Amino acid sequence: MTCPLHRNPITAVEGPAVGVSIEHLSKNFGRLQALRDVSFAVEPGEIFVLMGPSGSGKSVLLKHIVGLEAPSDGRVLIEGRDATAEGTLENVRIAMVFQAGALFNSLSVYDNLALYPREHRLGTEAGIREKVMRALQILSLENTAHKFPSELSGGMKKRVAIARALVMEPQLMLYDEPTSELDPIMGATISEIIATLRDEYHVTSVVVSHDRELALGIADRVGILMDGSLVFLGAPAELHAPEDPRIANFFHPKIDLKNPRFKSLEA
Amino acid sequence: MNQLTSILEGFGRAMLLLIESGRHLGTLPRQRARFIEQCYLIGYTTLPIVAILCFFMGSVLALQSGYSMENFGAKQFIGSLVGLSFARELGPVIVAILVAGRVGSAITAELASMKVYQEIDALVTMNIPPARMLVLPRLAAVLVMMPVLTIIGILIGWFGGAVVCTYVDFISIEPEAYFAALRSFMQFKDVGTGILKAEIFGFVIVLICCSIGLNTRGGPREIGASVTKAVVASLISILVLDYFVTKALL
Repeated sequence: MTCPLHRNPITAVEGPAVGVSIEHLSKNFGRLQALRDVSFAVEPGEIFVLMGPSGSGKSVLLKHIVGLEAPSDGRVLIEGRDATAEGTLENVRIAMVFQAGALFNSLSVYDNLALYPREHRLGTEAGIREKVMRALQILSLENTAHKFPSELSGGMKKRVAIARALVMEPQLMLYDEPTSELDPIMGATISEIIATLRDEYHVTSVVVSHDRELALGIADRVGILMDGSLVFLGAPAELHAPEDPRIANFFHPKIDLKNPRFKSLEA
Repeated sequence: MNQLTSILEGFGRAMLLLIESGRHLGTLPRQRARFIEQCYLIGYTTLPIVAILCFFMGSVLALQSGYSMENFGAKQFIGSLVGLSFARELGPVIVAILVAGRVGSAITAELASMKVYQEIDALVTMNIPPARMLVLPRLAAVLVMMPVLTIIGILIGWFGGAVVCTYVDFISIEPEAYFAALRSFMQFKDVGTGILKAEIFGFVIVLICCSIGLNTRGGPREIGASVTKAVVASLISILVLDYFVTKALL
């Protein structure tokens, strides 16, 4: 894999985007098999969108990439390093944007962003302030610096979470449902931000989402998980007329009041 | 059997957390702002309730012992009884119970809430070990504040006894006589024993509460359940440890 060097406009630091390799990954929670022999690779600098119905294992897979879950079988490699190995997070900067933001509620927006550089002693307080304010400026959040997360709207929380990730100068960005619970305009804005970050910062992005517009609009490749198995891996264009009826049903669900789905689920 | 497994599991988790926190001991000097904040929360904010409770515990102890000892003319020993009881036993135990109820519950609620709302996961992905940022400053702060709270608690307990001895008619002992009796039987070792016990209790309370908080899963109901579990586990640990530490120090 080639890892082109790009300059991060927040920090002016040059660093390579990293690739991710998922190899025969399986995960069991007791009797429940959340992931079944999933394999695919994400190239450095790529936007990879992982889609699938609720409960199909998308977020579990994302947690494996960042090392929050250990595989039952198989492995996840980030630039050749095992994701669960000690030291991977020290050597590869992975930032995750959680579905609910996971902002530190007892810290202001400014302190949320400044936490990472302060804890890792990445510069003086003045330098950190500059980085934080630049990240807030990029996401049009300058006026929220001294607010607390509870004072922000859903869309603002997502943007703050992205800004916090950005301050980490990540090589790999993971997004868990970044457009969920947002209105369509804000959803499109977040999609544009993800694409812009990839283009300008050259980070590898893995996005878990249900959002069809996001997948078709910004993804380089799309993977679809169903019942823990990867049933599709390809370019977004291939999803306009999918051959697999399960994918067609997922992408173009028709509302059928005469034969509602929940009745068949009950049966 | 399940209960026993669960207790052993909890003990194992707490030990692992202690080891993990110990690995980051070198970071404590640069975490002084957090350490000072925890000293304030554990020490300063607990002080008023320690003062009130110890004053009245000292008063009641003097009142009860005065009532009993009057019958066989041993009133002059009330000062010794209150002094020794407070220094060796009541002071550290009362302070520990208050710290468990007031500080321990707050620690568990905060950490459990951070766990449930994925703030702990966010810290892990940022390569900031929760043991370093959230546990170590609390453990260090409780070690510093427990002796302070215990000494103040003991002194106020003694003072409460003196007030009762002076102003309650059927006891009526002059403060000089009360404190003379207290001094005649007290040694520095007795206060030292109390402080050592308080240190052990405080450390165990914070470790239990952090461990239970960080291992919470679920939602708001589980946060509440974790707080209850942490306070109950802390109280039981205080009383069980009290027996063994007292026996070891006698």
